[in-house]
Amino acid sequence: MTTPKTSSSRRLRFERLPLRRIILISLSIAIVYGVVAGSAATIRLGTYTAADWRTLVINGIARGSVYALIAIGYTLVYGILFMINFAHGEVFMAGAYTAFFVAVAFGGSGYLNEHPLISIAAILIVSMVTSTLVAIILERVAYRPLRGAPRLVPLITAIGASFFLQYTFRGLYGAQARAYPTINILEGTWTIFGASILRKQVIVIVAAVLLWVALFAFVAKTRTGRSMRAVGEDREIAALMGINVDRTIVATFAIGGALAGAAGILYVFLFNQVIFTMGFFPGIKAFTAAVLGGIGSVTGAAMGGLLLGVLEAVGPNLFLTGAEVPSPNQLQPVVAFGILVLVLIFLPGGFLGAPEEKRA
Amino acid sequence: MRNSKLWRITLLLAVLALVAAACSDTGGLPAECEDDPFGCVEIGAGEPIEVGTLLVITGPNAFLGQDSQNGVVLAADYLPTAAEAEAGEGGTFDGVNGELFGHTIAFNHQDDGCSADGGQVGAQALAADTSVVAVIGTSCSSAALGVADKILSDNGIAIISPSNTGPALTEPSQHQPFYLRTAHNDKLQGAAVANFAYNELGARTAATIHDGSPYADGLQAVFAEKFEELGGAITVQDAIQVGDTDFTSVLTTVAANPPDVLYFPIFVAEGGLMAQQAAQTAGLENTTLVGSDGMLTQGFLDAAGEASVGMYLSGPDLSAFSGDAAFYEGAFKTAYAADFGGEPAAAFHAHSYDATVMLFEAIKKVAIEDGDTLYIPRTALKDALFETQGLLGITGTLNCNADGDCQSTAVIGVYQVESPSGLPATPVYSEQASLEG
Repeated sequence: MTTPKTSSSRRLRFERLPLRRIILISLSIAIVYGVVAGSAATIRLGTYTAADWRTLVINGIARGSVYALIAIGYTLVYGILFMINFAHGEVFMAGAYTAFFVAVAFGGSGYLNEHPLISIAAILIVSMVTSTLVAIILERVAYRPLRGAPRLVPLITAIGASFFLQYTFRGLYGAQARAYPTINILEGTWTIFGASILRKQVIVIVAAVLLWVALFAFVAKTRTGRSMRAVGEDREIAALMGINVDRTIVATFAIGGALAGAAGILYVFLFNQVIFTMGFFPGIKAFTAAVLGGIGSVTGAAMGGLLLGVLEAVGPNLFLTGAEVPSPNQLQPVVAFGILVLVLIFLPGGFLGAPEEKRA
Repeated sequence: MRNSKLWRITLLLAVLALVAAACSDTGGLPAECEDDPFGCVEIGAGEPIEVGTLLVITGPNAFLGQDSQNGVVLAADYLPTAAEAEAGEGGTFDGVNGELFGHTIAFNHQDDGCSADGGQVGAQALAADTSVVAVIGTSCSSAALGVADKILSDNGIAIISPSNTGPALTEPSQHQPFYLRTAHNDKLQGAAVANFAYNELGARTAATIHDGSPYADGLQAVFAEKFEELGGAITVQDAIQVGDTDFTSVLTTVAANPPDVLYFPIFVAEGGLMAQQAAQTAGLENTTLVGSDGMLTQGFLDAAGEASVGMYLSGPDLSAFSGDAAFYEGAFKTAYAADFGGEPAAAFHAHSYDATVMLFEAIKKVAIEDGDTLYIPRTALKDALFETQGLLGITGTLNCNADGDCQSTAVIGVYQVESPSGLPATPVYSEQASLEG
């Protein structure tokens, strides 16, 4: 239904001036100005030394690695099913809780600190298996019956599943926050290139990198990986080509779950605390990271996670201290999500996302 | 035509008569109930007097609310039944809830979630229950300020808090008419902590971190003001969000200019993490960590683990109650251990006990018996509560002022954590302070 081109064509052209574009561009300029001016002012103030910035950046990378691992789970599921698995944060939480219980069991007997490497390996295996199982059960019970349903239905189911899992864990394990036992080899710092960095942060980053490499190799080289890519491109044709679609989807959830479980363990190494609501915020942030990097792209998810982590850690101090904003750290989400909005204004598909037309 | 019209008029008259009969007063309500702007709670024969509680009984701060709830339940237990009162026996912890005017005490327990959302949901649930006489709650100031205190005041339900300490709640400009508290006002606690830091620890610089809640923000503001008044300097006043888990940024901000004392009067989940992360932040090795009564619970010691050892936590001085201390140390604690297992896990059980006793005394003053039915006029009950003077409780003598503070003189203690297995019994510093005016 097009507006008829009447004699008032001049008025029409004025109406078609993209008001929305003007608002978006002004908003973007305001954000960019705030960011640049704030950063310049902070650096001029010189409140933080280079060592402080290094601490913040490394902290950001460590958190970002955790977000990236969870984000990869979101992105893999979206790539295949075009659905956001909101319960993924709870898969992460399940992995973290399992890690807590195994660690407490080992810690109680002193085994944890006598044979730390074996203990950590055991924790890793048990947690990743548990979270994989949770993810697979989730797929089977909550999502498979709704394969053909309109998009909104699995979305609500996912949210419902998320709350179900949260409160199941609350019912089973109580509502209080539990402190993780200290693993001595993770405490302390290492001196790398003359800078003293927390050991646990280095281990988290290294572990995350190893997991990404393993994942990329898996998706690129193995048969299952190829099936995943094929099903992501076109489900019907893949089925015609003899790929077992159901099994591939289960494999996707399993891999996402395993990575989320690993993320749970790394998170607990970093923050030493588990509580039944711990999956909620990281889940949302990881989803944001996946969107930031381009939902559907694994590299994008990893990138988005790192970027969000660093922005969260460095952002408030860098942008807001110079601007003399009181309590800058209280505005941490504002900074992180403000940048997200900025990116999405110019790149609606995220950094590495496919342009809108490709998604049917 | 005329016939059906006649029928219709008759029918209409009959309906009107029925409505009039239904809406008219059945038997006479006492005059006080007619006059009371919020009416009366009507408690029929054999029905219990319902007391609501709105405390944080789930989530990371559950120790705090559960502990307060236990105090309320113990108060009902101690109350003598009608039979015991007639026989001249006093109250005992006999496991049987007492009676007022022949009606036993029952509870409607709700969760305040230590948040504005939780306070709203819980308060609305209690307001919808017309048989609730009064509410003991909330645990957290964030659930009360502008939320539970307003909702319950608008419905004429008196609310007495055993652990809200945020100063804003009894500020004349923000005070709600049906709100009282038996906990101390943080104007006293913040000043006590500042005195402790400056005089006992010898600190000259301090930084504060709050979590945006009225309790934490109010408390650190009082502390900062008093600390500067004494001659100290505040380096950083920053804040985090409830639910955050990583505090490296804010701790780096603090460590850029390391203070002698870092005061973070927040709650268990964030406080535990912050204590652990502060131990790992370069630059804060010589900074003393201080928290307040939001973290003076076993839950915090569990969450922080080893990182809590050596920290100072302020709160009501449980060893220096100016009220019936002998009763507290003796019968009360024995009953607490018998009913709930072990030592109290937080600091406000005595305050909630006192609040409940205060409520019972007020009910005794204003309740009207009409045959077997008990009427409690709401506004009269509220007025009786505000008129409480010289009531000897466990925590001290309760004298309620017009703004709702019933504990205008309080003893604040600062405890040092020695081990994560239990709260310290005696404080290393104690200060008695009074609100002026």
